Amino acid sequence: MRTYAMVIDTRTCIGCGDCVVACKSENKVPVGLNRDWVVEATSGRYPNLRTEFRSERCNHCSHATCVLLCPTGASHQWNDSNIVLVDADKCTGCKACIAACPYDARLVMHPEGYIDKCTFCHHRVEKGLDPACVSTCPTHCMHFGLLDDPGSDVSKLLLSRNYKTLMPETGNKPNVFYLV
Amino acid sequence: MNRREFIKISGLGVATPSMLLSGCAPRPLPGDGKVAVSPTVCDICFWKCAGMVHSEDGEPWKITGNPDDPHSMGRLCTRGSGGLGAYEDRDRLKQPLMRVGRNGKDSFEPVSWEEALDFIATRMRAIGERHGRDRVALLSHGSGGKHFERLLKAYGSHVYAHPSYAQCRGPREVAFALTYGEGVGSPDRTDMQHSRCIVLIGSHIGENLHNGQVQTLTQALDQGASLITVDPRFSVAAGKSDHWLPIRPGTDIALLLAWMNVLINEDLYDKDYIQRYATGFEQLRDHVQPFSPEWAYLETGLEPGLIRETARTMASHAPASMVHPGRHTTWYGDDTQRGRAIAILNALLGSWGRKGGFYIQEKVDLPAYPAPKPPKAKSDWKARVQADFPLAPSGLSQAVIEAAIGPDAYVKGLFVYATNLPLTVPNIRDRLQQAADSLELLVVVETQPAEITGYADVILPECTYLERYDDLRNAPERVPSLALRSPAFEPRDQTKPGWWMAKALAQRLGLEEYFPWKDYAEVLDWQLQQVGSSLEEMQRIGVKMYPRKTPMYFSEGEERRFKTPSGRIELYSSLLSEAGYDPLPRYTPPQEPPADHYYLIYGRAPAHTFGRTTNNPVLFELMPENNVWINPRAAAEHGISNGDYIRLRNQDGVTSNRIRVRVTERVAPNAVFMVHGFGHDAKGMRLTHGVGADDAALITNVKIDPIAGSTGMRANFVRLLEA
Repeated sequence: MRTYAMVIDTRTCIGCGDCVVACKSENKVPVGLNRDWVVEATSGRYPNLRTEFRSERCNHCSHATCVLLCPTGASHQWNDSNIVLVDADKCTGCKACIAACPYDARLVMHPEGYIDKCTFCHHRVEKGLDPACVSTCPTHCMHFGLLDDPGSDVSKLLLSRNYKTLMPETGNKPNVFYLV
Repeated sequence: MNRREFIKISGLGVATPSMLLSGCAPRPLPGDGKVAVSPTVCDICFWKCAGMVHSEDGEPWKITGNPDDPHSMGRLCTRGSGGLGAYEDRDRLKQPLMRVGRNGKDSFEPVSWEEALDFIATRMRAIGERHGRDRVALLSHGSGGKHFERLLKAYGSHVYAHPSYAQCRGPREVAFALTYGEGVGSPDRTDMQHSRCIVLIGSHIGENLHNGQVQTLTQALDQGASLITVDPRFSVAAGKSDHWLPIRPGTDIALLLAWMNVLINEDLYDKDYIQRYATGFEQLRDHVQPFSPEWAYLETGLEPGLIRETARTMASHAPASMVHPGRHTTWYGDDTQRGRAIAILNALLGSWGRKGGFYIQEKVDLPAYPAPKPPKAKSDWKARVQADFPLAPSGLSQAVIEAAIGPDAYVKGLFVYATNLPLTVPNIRDRLQQAADSLELLVVVETQPAEITGYADVILPECTYLERYDDLRNAPERVPSLALRSPAFEPRDQTKPGWWMAKALAQRLGLEEYFPWKDYAEVLDWQLQQVGSSLEEMQRIGVKMYPRKTPMYFSEGEERRFKTPSGRIELYSSLLSEAGYDPLPRYTPPQEPPADHYYLIYGRAPAHTFGRTTNNPVLFELMPENNVWINPRAAAEHGISNGDYIRLRNQDGVTSNRIRVRVTERVAPNAVFMVHGFGHDAKGMRLTHGVGADDAALITNVKIDPIAGSTGMRANFVRLLEA
């Protein structure tokens, strides 16, 4: 299985939301729904403070509980990779995947009656392009590539910098990494 | 494997069973349809990034950055990515409107373009005959303003101001021009990607999303540059800094003087640079002696040790050490002096004209389309409109409005192009109404039914930047380049481009000779042909680079003449001295908040450009309203919780709209912060109408800068009231 990963540098992310807007237009996401979002976490007391911005989305887990628990097979991993997609035609909108996702990364409900989510822009990835959010980020804080390739940007960054994933304790093996 | 092959292969495993079950074809993916691409220059803010507008099967799809563009480096910002919202906004103006009085009440009625333009031309002629042709002013903040500037100059009127001067960049441009003989310009000539140390003073890059600024700042951070941020608020930039200096609001000049004191007294300044290029060092040295870090501590609240340490950090990286001039610099009324202090500090670091400091800009030598030059001004309008500010190089918006009030007013006709004055110029609504009542003609050119349209006699609906040509972007940059804005879509409804309106008015005023072309494509093609390109080529590539003809930095030991009276960098300003102002920066302690009041700090958010994007449906969704940031200690005192709605009342009793509270440690306990541009009361802007609060309405204590004539807006204080 090929593993695609996103590596996001919280040291340079400014929380501008460009990733959110670029995703919406690239993927024609309906009004009121978003496939990605930005979290701001501030700790400390004035004037001893720290703020972390994180652009969040589906973690395209290697062990994706949403895929395991989907009763119709609509949730699946694309083309022998970790990229989790929903086949709209198979999805009945039962929301089992929503309960199964530790990251609350699925959209309820596309107006056409299915559960929608981040696709890592697989339609761009197969053309050799970065996902829309990565390619527009004005701080260049987002990186995308194959974890299996030791020469990829993402592999190199994870070797050279400290990082974390969100809720690794779930055992889902998330593939969005945050450099800290 | 290409996409088609993939569909074939995966279709066997995944898509086929579903097709069998539901009998439908696989859903198309974005970009599967027929995609058309055309070049644009973004108009959502004034950084003017070049991008590509994509349509799929005839439907607007997305806008992406042009990879060859030096302004955007192929990446548009949040607002630029949301640019299609400007086109899609259902509340846009649709046809020309004229004010009519019925039953004692004014309202607007749709009229034809013929009727609207005839009316304007008739009124302009009447003003010309009655008062003189020099009495029609233009207030503009947008690319298409150039067409109206040309029209009015051809008519004989040169009265022109843009709020980006007196409400924004003015003081820094004046300050740098006094010191170096030229301003910072736009895009700002900061060479941040090569800086080893960057100092931001109240400049919240990252929230203020000027694209190239954000990209070069983060590039510097990626390369390990030191960042020092001075801000009473824990801004996004403060959070990325090695040193955050949470200064007491309004005391920046005290800090700047103390930094100079350290650099000079510890012998850390660039002696060779100062000796070679500057004048007035001895006066400066003597001037800063009293301003030790210990003295500054009492003013700024910043530890003397921290002031010394940061000064030494700057010096250790000089000349690749840049004290950023800021952009919105109209704060306390002594803003030119603060700008001067920043300019002088940069001179001590030797950063002006040096790598990692400030580069030398260059643009393309682009000939103008062959047309007669408009006649020179027959009268000195600045002597009539803004005589108190002889050193102000540009028009002052607030002074032009003032000059339109009353029966003896100088300005009799006014064009307002793409600037929503009621939310732009502080405390102006009453004066604007009086001006509207006095003016014989008030024309507003707008894309949306913003507040300013309510003051107009005639409203001309412009199409958005995605539906029109404008002048080629030829901005001074590190590498000269041209960029084309071309229409991606047909203008919606009856909207028209600005160039069309200006030409149609010129025809009615007998000024056709100044617009001797059929349409603007002809102008652009002619200009492009002169520099080895063509409209056809630019339609394909969008951006064309040209080689530099001059070096980007001063060369080692080079002798240079600066465009100042002395020909040198003026640490001591001869022009200020002659005009009776402080020739060296002087610190004036700021006003203290009255009892129970908080400092009102305002700023930008990455999702919006002032108030002009809050009704853009895409950006509205990202940030529908502004919050007021309140420190948890202050919130507890008032029993206010996160998400509550409150109102703000300023020191003069002006009460704001309802605004939602955001309780956060990121603002000082004695201050509140809000994002500018909300609290619209224009009913036609249906998304944003009545949402959030307007900071401009709370800025009633306007501190006019005696040198630049700009409107200082940060000497206002608010109390917190129940909603």
